[in-house]
Amino acid sequence: MLEYLLRLTGVIRGFSPAKSFTTYVIPAAIAGLAAGSIMAAEARAEEVNLYSSRQPFLMQPLLQAFTAESGIKVNMVYMKKGMLERLRSEGRNSPADLILAADIGNLHNHDKAGLLQAVTSPTLDSNIPAQYRHPKGHWFGLTLRARVIYASKTRVRPGEVSRYEDLAAPAMKGRVCIRSGKHVYNVSLLASIVVAQGMDGAKAWAKGLKANLARKPQGNDRAQVKAVYQGECDVAVGNTYYMGKMATNEKDPEQKKWAKSVNIIFPNQQDRGTHVNISGAAVTKSARNKANAIRLIEYLSSDAAQKIYAERNFEYPVKAGVALHPLVASWGKFKADKAHLAKVAQERTRASKLMDRVSFNN
Amino acid sequence: MTLQSSQGAAPRPRRNGVGRSWGWWDGWTVGALVIAGLAVLPILAVILIAFTPGDDIWSHLASTVLPGYIVTTLELMAGVGAGTLLIGVSAAWLVTMCRFPGRRIFEWAMLLPMAMPAYVIAYVYTDLLEFAGPLQAMLREMFGWSSKRDYWFPEIRSTGGAMAMLTLVLYPYVYLLARAAFLEQSVGVLEASRSLGRGPWRSFFTVALPMARPGIVIGISFALMETLNDFGTVDFFAVNTFTQGIFDVWMNMNNIAGAAQLATVLLLFVAVIVLSERYARRKQRFHNTTSKYQPLPAYRLRGGIALLATGFCTVVVTLGFLLPTFVLLAYARQYFDPVLALEISAHAANSVQLSALAGVIAMLVAIVVAYSVRIKGGPLLRAVGRMAGFGYAVPGAVLAVGVMVTLGQVDNRLDGFMRDSFGISTGLLFSGTIAAVTFGYLVRFLALSLGTVEAGLGKITPSMDGASRNLGRGALATMYRVHLPLMRGSVLTAVLLVFVDCMKELPMTIILRPFNFQTLATFVHQYASDEQLGEAALAALSIVAVGILPVIILSLVIARSRPGAGAAMGGDH
Repeated sequence: MLEYLLRLTGVIRGFSPAKSFTTYVIPAAIAGLAAGSIMAAEARAEEVNLYSSRQPFLMQPLLQAFTAESGIKVNMVYMKKGMLERLRSEGRNSPADLILAADIGNLHNHDKAGLLQAVTSPTLDSNIPAQYRHPKGHWFGLTLRARVIYASKTRVRPGEVSRYEDLAAPAMKGRVCIRSGKHVYNVSLLASIVVAQGMDGAKAWAKGLKANLARKPQGNDRAQVKAVYQGECDVAVGNTYYMGKMATNEKDPEQKKWAKSVNIIFPNQQDRGTHVNISGAAVTKSARNKANAIRLIEYLSSDAAQKIYAERNFEYPVKAGVALHPLVASWGKFKADKAHLAKVAQERTRASKLMDRVSFNN
Repeated sequence: MTLQSSQGAAPRPRRNGVGRSWGWWDGWTVGALVIAGLAVLPILAVILIAFTPGDDIWSHLASTVLPGYIVTTLELMAGVGAGTLLIGVSAAWLVTMCRFPGRRIFEWAMLLPMAMPAYVIAYVYTDLLEFAGPLQAMLREMFGWSSKRDYWFPEIRSTGGAMAMLTLVLYPYVYLLARAAFLEQSVGVLEASRSLGRGPWRSFFTVALPMARPGIVIGISFALMETLNDFGTVDFFAVNTFTQGIFDVWMNMNNIAGAAQLATVLLLFVAVIVLSERYARRKQRFHNTTSKYQPLPAYRLRGGIALLATGFCTVVVTLGFLLPTFVLLAYARQYFDPVLALEISAHAANSVQLSALAGVIAMLVAIVVAYSVRIKGGPLLRAVGRMAGFGYAVPGAVLAVGVMVTLGQVDNRLDGFMRDSFGISTGLLFSGTIAAVTFGYLVRFLALSLGTVEAGLGKITPSMDGASRNLGRGALATMYRVHLPLMRGSVLTAVLLVFVDCMKELPMTIILRPFNFQTLATFVHQYASDEQLGEAALAALSIVAVGILPVIILSLVIARSRPGAGAAMGGDH
């Protein structure tokens, strides 16, 4: 049967390179060119082009709502790595009008490379607190995620852990789980500690934390909660929205049990506050649809979009007055670290090297 | 095929008088140089980036993590090298030269794990084997253990775990090429060995294995280069390899120049390995010099030994393919969503078209380059041809930056020229198009097609070239009428290998693709990067399903690649 098929398609016998060139390569090349020109033609319609390091499945509902409201089509490429290099090599001809990123470090690096432009928008200024946007409008925070401590309901006494610093204290020996010290979220957390306590304080903390780990850093934030549930460790560090996703996971109800096994502790409420990171957007220097790009960012900071972020992704809205997801609201209010994120972002390289110096991942 | 020392070897095909008086600069050489040069450009771009100013990372790295990166990488390579050699060669020998229950199925089934992306198998086994997974939970239940301190269980997220995962999906490269080599060995040589009193084991180690060396070495070099460029698996397992270090410097220290410097060191390392292997067998040629082919006399395995052979093959295929597929199927059922399924079928079409296109182009390029090297030679051509294959060892995302920089330069220079001269902007012609992705695949996977085609060409004795040329055929006609028909199997293998790898390819597709464009791999990635295996399962299964067919074809092609196989295999069917 298989053999018959192969013979039918000429794969086995009578396979001729010359024939395959005319039958496959030339049409494919033409198709490629045609696709290119169709895309060029589409560029004339009302649209906006987006490079995003946030997953399509997160952004789709928001972008569809934007298109429905404004009639502007959103084209998107999702990439976690290489966005900066792509913008740089495409130069002034880059089709991208704006970028979306899930960490302040990312936005900061793009800004430092001179790939972003200043935007002035009264709407954005009133929707987004000054702490979460660039002073000159180079980037704008759209959602907040708090990096919190998850503590086992059964094995951690109330009040036993209340600060990031407690994770590095001897009482926690062999009880802490965390993802790779080199993950952007942890590098940013350490950078915030560099800002708060200087390099020496941060190094002592990283060293202490390293000494307390129950296992080599691995997995993502969700996996840390799973490890607490399974008794591999007692406390873990992670972003808040993962809890929402686990607690409401209907397709894998097992995850609800993980979420139920831990309490959320917002660290450092008596002093500087909990480390908060942003996901945000920025208009590129090469933007050809600048007005549309600003419109999209304004939309993403509007009540309607902030509500979608809050409800579907369990993130904290940046805009004041937008209702939280009931589950997120049930975790209570918290005080966020007031240090400006631009300052935290500047310490990321030093924080990253610090992780190496204490051999955090080994 | 016989192994000849250089003294007794047939001379390499002589350049004919005309070609010689032109020196190197004839059509073949120039064409091959241009094509191979294009593929080398992105690699050069990476090296160039390494020389752009940036913060010095070396003093920091050398005093902290670099020694660890190097040791871990070498360990991983040693483990994967040994593992793929052992499994690949023994499986190839068993199914080719022995008869045991299930052999006919294992002939192609041993290739199936090739369709499985390494990062997918890593996710699946972590789910099964980690502390929180079902196996350990069951053990705890059974023996009443409560915490991790009560018992010992191998940690899947470790260097050993990464070795196991990579070995399971990479051994098919060695199997494939070893099997092709064994099939092509002239029975006469083996018979001579047997009749001189050597038993099956000694014949294997002293005759068959050394003669199959070029194929096996190419297979292992594929496996090792895949190991070097792997990011998904080692990242997931938190194994700190050199490639991890490249990404750390790039992403966390925002230092692309430093990352490119590390990548360049990696390239040098690969170059040394490749060249030293070549040097080691510089005086040997491996050609078929006889046309005497008979059905291979098989060793009929009996009893315990036969059972052992069947058991070995079953375990390998189960671990590398059946079990992960089964787990994915279970997930896909649990998470099935008709809307998503429809979306996935569209992505599948993208994947197949793009991979097929890249496979065919890579094959054509490989033929031109390898054939030019054969008939013209010359150190420059050899060097450029060799370098064109180095893209395979570079982590995909880093190579993607090289491709972007290359295409961006071309696009923007052309645009600048057109703006200055004619006042029109041509914009970006290549950057962010399907052509860019295809070019990226080519740069990344040319090693596969080059290696396969070269091996195929190498087996054709130069006296064939001589005969054809003496009969008045030109170089092109000789290639078309003599070489291509003789190496049909290798040519098809080249296409299929690249196809299967492109289906799984992730980082280049992600970074180079146009707007609103997904392949199966990028679709899997958006969920898998969040460790949501359930949502990714259906697409991951599709990658595997599409990959199976070419893999089976590959096996058939190889079974038939043996000259005179029609008659020989007939009796066996």
